[in-house]
Amino acid sequence: MSELDLNDKMSEMLAKSEANVKNSKKDFTRPEDELREVVAPDGSIIKINPLYDYFSDEKPKEEKPRNGVVEKFLNWARSESIWVLGFGTGCGSIEIPPLVTPRFDMFRYGVEMRPTPRQSNAFIISGYLSVKTLKRVIRTYEQMPSPKYIIALGSCTINGGMYYDSYSTINRLDKYIPVDVYIAGCMPRPEALLHGFAKLKQLIKDGKAEKANEYARNFDEYKANQKKIIKDWNMPDYNW
Amino acid sequence: MKELIEKLNSKYDLQEIVYQRDNLAFTAIRKENAIDAITYLRDYEEFTHLVMMSCVDWIEDGKFQLLYLLNSPEKKCDIGIKVYIDRENPEMFSAHHLWKSVWTYQRELKEFYGIDFPGSPRVNDDFVVEGWEEIPFMRRDFDTHEYAEKTYFPRGNRKTNDPAEYMRKKLYPNQPVTAKQRKDDK
Repeated sequence: MSELDLNDKMSEMLAKSEANVKNSKKDFTRPEDELREVVAPDGSIIKINPLYDYFSDEKPKEEKPRNGVVEKFLNWARSESIWVLGFGTGCGSIEIPPLVTPRFDMFRYGVEMRPTPRQSNAFIISGYLSVKTLKRVIRTYEQMPSPKYIIALGSCTINGGMYYDSYSTINRLDKYIPVDVYIAGCMPRPEALLHGFAKLKQLIKDGKAEKANEYARNFDEYKANQKKIIKDWNMPDYNW
Repeated sequence: MKELIEKLNSKYDLQEIVYQRDNLAFTAIRKENAIDAITYLRDYEEFTHLVMMSCVDWIEDGKFQLLYLLNSPEKKCDIGIKVYIDRENPEMFSAHHLWKSVWTYQRELKEFYGIDFPGSPRVNDDFVVEGWEEIPFMRRDFDTHEYAEKTYFPRGNRKTNDPAEYMRKKLYPNQPVTAKQRKDDK
């Protein structure tokens, strides 16, 4: 980038920050989320509100289990394909890569990493969670298709761990999203994670991993807790 | 180093001078002269690199101490410029025109300590925490433990052990405790 371009950019940013000072009331809406008008192919003008038009405006629903054997068969199938979302939220995410190596090899248990929330059904919250990350975690969790499971890794997700008195990291994860399996330790070794997967599989087979339904049942309570700490709520209430 | 500090002293009337090492000195400069002095050091004395910019909260004196740490790759020496500003109405002249990294430092200081740098680009944007409504969290009168307790649902029954005492009890349970150890435990 040439010096001239940089100067242009600098003056643009200066103007922006001056505008920010003028509207002293803080507005958290991002530019891409503002109301806009779009011309449709037939020439008519459509108003678009990106925060609400692209997302569902309905609450999540509870899913009732099927009859006896069918549900058992489904649960067996679910337990054998745990697809984990590749989203490291804290320091614990460094314990996940060894699982993909030949030494620990999580593929032998039917556990796989996926790049997008739409393709995965397990979410590892790896370690401490700041409020800033929690916002992204909620958005991602709600986009995952049900049935979905949460594994909370490390002491920080249980009681805050060594960050229990921090101003920006949460103490208890289960107040904001429902947790299926906790893995204690700081940090837990990859073997502990494998044990956690085994535990999760057992829970699914027993039909006890119903936390997605619990989230739907207590949705208002969870949302109230989330909104209490996420002050700049500039995302839709229902992120699916 | 000494020559440089004396030259600076004659120009800008330094408040305090500390020679830490042969190639490191700290000095306090009045708020009005600070940016002038830093510009002089950068343009005429080859202190072309800003190592960091930080802040100390002297709550007892009612002051914030800003520190500009400059490095000269040519002379291989560092100089720290301290600037004391009022804690009640913290405001400092912006140095964003000298180094572009100062933008980020000033944005950080605005959020962490509430020090205003009028004219600095994007200084009012959120940096580390989003939508913060309390007093700036790095100020010493902000109690993070209390804030965490009332905000983040503490689980309670949390126990803390003193590592030295805990290991001594575990490893040498039968050994009598000396007076010094008892004093240390307290």
